[in-house]
This record gives sequence, structure tokens and C-alpha cells, in this order.
Amino acid sequence: MENNISIFQERFNAMTLKEIALKNLVRRKSKAAFILAGLVIGVMTMVAVISLVEAMTSDINKKLEKYGANILVVPKTENLPLTYGGISLGGVSFEMEEIRQADLTRVGSIKNASNVAALGPIVLGVIQVNRHKALLAGVDFKASRILKPWWQVKGTLPGEDGVLLGGQAAQVMKLNIGDSLEIKDHKFIVSGILQSTGSQDDQMVFTRLSTAQSLLGKQGRVSMAEVAALCTDCPINEMVRQISEILPGAKVMAIQQVVKGRMETLAHFKKFSYGVSGIVLLIGSLVVLVTMMGSIRERTDEIGIFRAIGFRKSHVMRIVFIEAGVVSGLAGLLGYLGGIGAAKIAIRFFFESQTVSVPLDFKLAGSAFVLALIVGLVSSVYPALMAARLDPNEALRAL
Amino acid sequence: MTYIVAENLVKQYQNGHAPVTAISDINFEIEAGELVAIMGESGAGKSTLLSIMGAMNAPTSGSLRVDDIDIYSLKQDQRADFRREFLGFVFQSFHLIPYLTVAENVMLPLATVKKSGREKQAMAEKALASVGLQGKSHRLPNQISGGEKERVAIARAIVNQPRVLLADEPTGNLDSKTTRDIMELLQRLNSEDMTIIMVTHSHECAGYTQRILQVYDGRLVDSG
Repeated sequence: MENNISIFQERFNAMTLKEIALKNLVRRKSKAAFILAGLVIGVMTMVAVISLVEAMTSDINKKLEKYGANILVVPKTENLPLTYGGISLGGVSFEMEEIRQADLTRVGSIKNASNVAALGPIVLGVIQVNRHKALLAGVDFKASRILKPWWQVKGTLPGEDGVLLGGQAAQVMKLNIGDSLEIKDHKFIVSGILQSTGSQDDQMVFTRLSTAQSLLGKQGRVSMAEVAALCTDCPINEMVRQISEILPGAKVMAIQQVVKGRMETLAHFKKFSYGVSGIVLLIGSLVVLVTMMGSIRERTDEIGIFRAIGFRKSHVMRIVFIEAGVVSGLAGLLGYLGGIGAAKIAIRFFFESQTVSVPLDFKLAGSAFVLALIVGLVSSVYPALMAARLDPNEALRAL
Repeated sequence: MTYIVAENLVKQYQNGHAPVTAISDINFEIEAGELVAIMGESGAGKSTLLSIMGAMNAPTSGSLRVDDIDIYSLKQDQRADFRREFLGFVFQSFHLIPYLTVAENVMLPLATVKKSGREKQAMAEKALASVGLQGKSHRLPNQISGGEKERVAIARAIVNQPRVLLADEPTGNLDSKTTRDIMELLQRLNSEDMTIIMVTHSHECAGYTQRILQVYDGRLVDSG
């Protein structure tokens, strides 16, 4: 007898509700596959959409980083509203207030200093060139590469005795590359001309910061400063607060219009995409519901036997939920992998840039798994109740 | 010792607007360890009576007591527990689960019982040994004969060592040789103090029992 039992143990697991559920799934492969497919498609769509939206957000953030300055530092004043680069920047008074250039070095000590990609001090003043009045801007041309990436210079950036002319300024002053001009009794050479930017830069004369400060008699002082902050993981408003704290005499503002505009478009796309994937998921859950109900009807005799030999209603429900849980969990994993794969393929059509990627995201994988489980289990509640409510006597008599 | 007491059992079904009486005013007592046959023509109410005794079909009126428990005063889950702990069922057409092996079918009533896998396996092996099927544990129901299926059904019914075995036409689908084997098996189980109540058409099978409850047109006309 002992020997018989040991042979028995080698071949069979002890019968449990889990065993019954798993064996039923194996037996009804096509139904299980149908439920699996319904859920996989739903989860896959959701994962693909979320991955695409995340990739798009990341791409937009990277592009915004390249977009240039997104924080402005100006002296505290309530005078003269000024438009710069087509964006309303608030007020600055050229003649009245300035910021000490040395104070700007403190920006490097703020908590989010690592997010500061470039800091560009600007000194502004009115000059006269060939009977034309113009605005002279002394800038740090090295920082300008980051702060004004849209600048396209014909010629070269100016050295100590050179100037860079805005396209319109060059036209009005009738100056070309290599021409000389006089500013406050100092002779300068036009080293380059800006191609049209569509901004106020087109009407300005640019030179080195130190040169302009000397010409305008504003040594060690600047009229304003532009800051380019990396957007992906830095809170712009928090950086504005930090810079305001270390520069109490300055007004610090975030240029949010562009960011907000793009983000709003993305938010609309997100809502639409989530809506579509929600509908697909809903269809998936209906597939689960209908298939499970069909399966329960097919198994009336089996459930009748379970109930007759002493299974409680809760035992029958547990079998249905185990089946749904196993298929849903598997659907969550497959849906995640399928969704990531679909997003990787779709991204080729959405983006020209080869740098945009869809990374494996364990949080998203976990969410897909949990979502599939929830959808699968919730869709199985009615079929499980239907199974549990089967009258064993009726079920067996129907055979 | 009186173990099962039926008092004034009535069962009516609704057929459209007209009530149909399946059994009417049935009273009987069954002693512990008895082997009883319920006989009657088709539609006489035998199976209805058996399903009421099996705690699966509440009577319209009357009461059924088993081991002093008023079965139909129990809640549904308690009745399920009662079926699991007190009763074993042998169904008319075996009703084995086709995707489970012989051993797994036998272990089915133990699926909800808190016992170790080792204990469950030992109980199933013991039940299979008692019906003479030790060697076929791993086969599927479609790989064994009708007589063997009946034995598996009996093994499943006795695996949890119930006090009462209810059998609905246990030999209805079997040849006469196998019928005799099965009846001898039921007699042996009865000799081990198991109360057995069996619905049958067969006088040959009824001959193996100690008492016959004769049902005619929903009424008990002879209680032996």
C-alpha cells in the first residue's frame, strides 16, 4: 500500500481548486485563447499609446531644451513694457535700473544649478550709427549658441572690435560684412549679419558684452539676463523661485507660453489616445464577459457535480476567478510586450528623429499587469455569479 | 438507531400556471447502516425523493432529518458542507469530469477540504483500492470501461468516508455481470456500516437490499 501511494504521488498533484481551474483552461484552449486575445489587444493598445505619448513628451521636452532661454532675469521696475522675441517679457527700463553682473554668478549656487544649461547676461543701450538710432546689445556669444539656437549668422561672430548686425539693421544702415562703422567714436567692423529671425533681434546691433559695457559706460552692470533651463526633469517655477531668492533686486520670470502651448496640444492628444485605448479595453472586457458566460453554460453539468459533492458557491466562484486571473495576468504580460513592440514600430512613422526611443518601463509593465487583472476579474464577476447560482439539482436534471 | 427521518415530504413544481405534484406526503425512517432501494415506475418521483435526501432539492413542505439535523433549515453553504461531510453521490450516468484523470476525479470532493496533498492522495488511493481500480489512477474517463467508470464514481462518492451513500440507478448502464459486481461492492461497503439508499428499476438490484421503498405516483405505497 505504501508503495502504491508513493507511485501515486509521483504522478498526481493533490486536487485543489487551482488545479481544477488550470486543467479546465488547458482543456478549453480555444476559449482561453479567445479571452487572452481580447485582453491582450486591449492592454497592448493601452501600453502602445502610453509609450508613444511618453516618447512624444520626452521628445518635446528635449526640443524645448534646445529652444533657448526659458527664464528671464530683469531689474525690478514697473516701467516700459517690452516685447522680446515675439514673447511678452514684462518690463525693463534701460536707463534706470541694472543688475550687477557679479550678482549673476550666484545663479550657479542654486539647488537646481545643474539644470542651468546657459546664462546669458545682456547690456542694452541706445546708439547712433550713420544718423540712425539703434539698440546696442552686449551679449555673451558663447551662451548665445544655447540661448538663441535659431540664430543663423552670415559671416562670423564678432571679436573685440566687431559687431553683428540684425538683418533689418544692416539693410537700413546699408552695411555689409567687412564694412566699418563708428559707434561713440570707436571704429567697428561688421563681422556678421543675422539672417531674419522675425524677432526684435533683426533691428539690433550686437557686440561683445564687455565692449558694449565699455561703450555705454555700464561696466560690471547688465540690463537683463537670459537663462536656459533643462526642462525634462526641472521644475521651472521652482527654479524661478530659487533665482529670485538669490537675486532679491531682480524680477525673475518664466517664459511659459511656448511650453504651455505645446503641452496643451500634447494633453489633447493624450486624452484622445487614452479614450480610444479605453474603448478597446472595454471591448476586450466584453469579449471576456461573453466568452466566460459561454464557458459557464457549457460547463453546467460540471458545476452541478461540483455543487452536488459539496462545493460552496464561493468555491465555484473561486474556480472562475482563478481561470480569469491566470489568463488576465498572462494577457497583462503579453499585452505589455506587444504594446512596447507596437510602439517601437509606430515610432518610426511618427518621428523623423532616430533618437526617440521606447524604453522598457517596469512601472508601466506593473500597471499593465494590474490593469489586465482588474479588467479580467471584473468582467468575470457576472459569469462567476451565474456559475455559483446554478442549482445543482437543476444542473444535473438538465443532463 | 434511526438515522434518516422524512416527515410529510411534499414537492410541487410549477408547470406554467399549474402546479405539478412530484411527491406527496411521504414519511419514512431509515436506520443507520441500512441498504435500502427506492423503486417505482418512471416519473413516480424516485429521483425527486433522492435529490431531496441529497440536500439538493428543498421540499415544498415537510421535513428531512439526517443524524438529527433538519437539513432544509440549514443555509445553502451549510447544506453544501453537509453534502460534503455526510453524503456520497453516485449519479445515473457516472458524471465524471472528462479532463481529470481517474485519481483526480476521485479526489474532487477533497478539493475544498483542508488536508495535505499527501493525505488526499492516500484517501483517493484507498477509495480506488476498495473498488478494485488501483492500477488505473492515471487514465482519463474515456480510457476506461463503463463498469470501471461506475467504480470510479463510487470511489469518488466514498473518498471522504461519508455516512450515507445515495445512488441513482447505479447499474442502469451496465451489463448483468458488471451489475452483479457493482451490487456486491455496494453490499460490501454497506457491511462496513455505510448507509446506502439506491434508486433502481431493477428487481435484481433490489434483491441485494434489505428493504424496498415503493413509490407510486408520488406517494410511498410500501416502506418494506
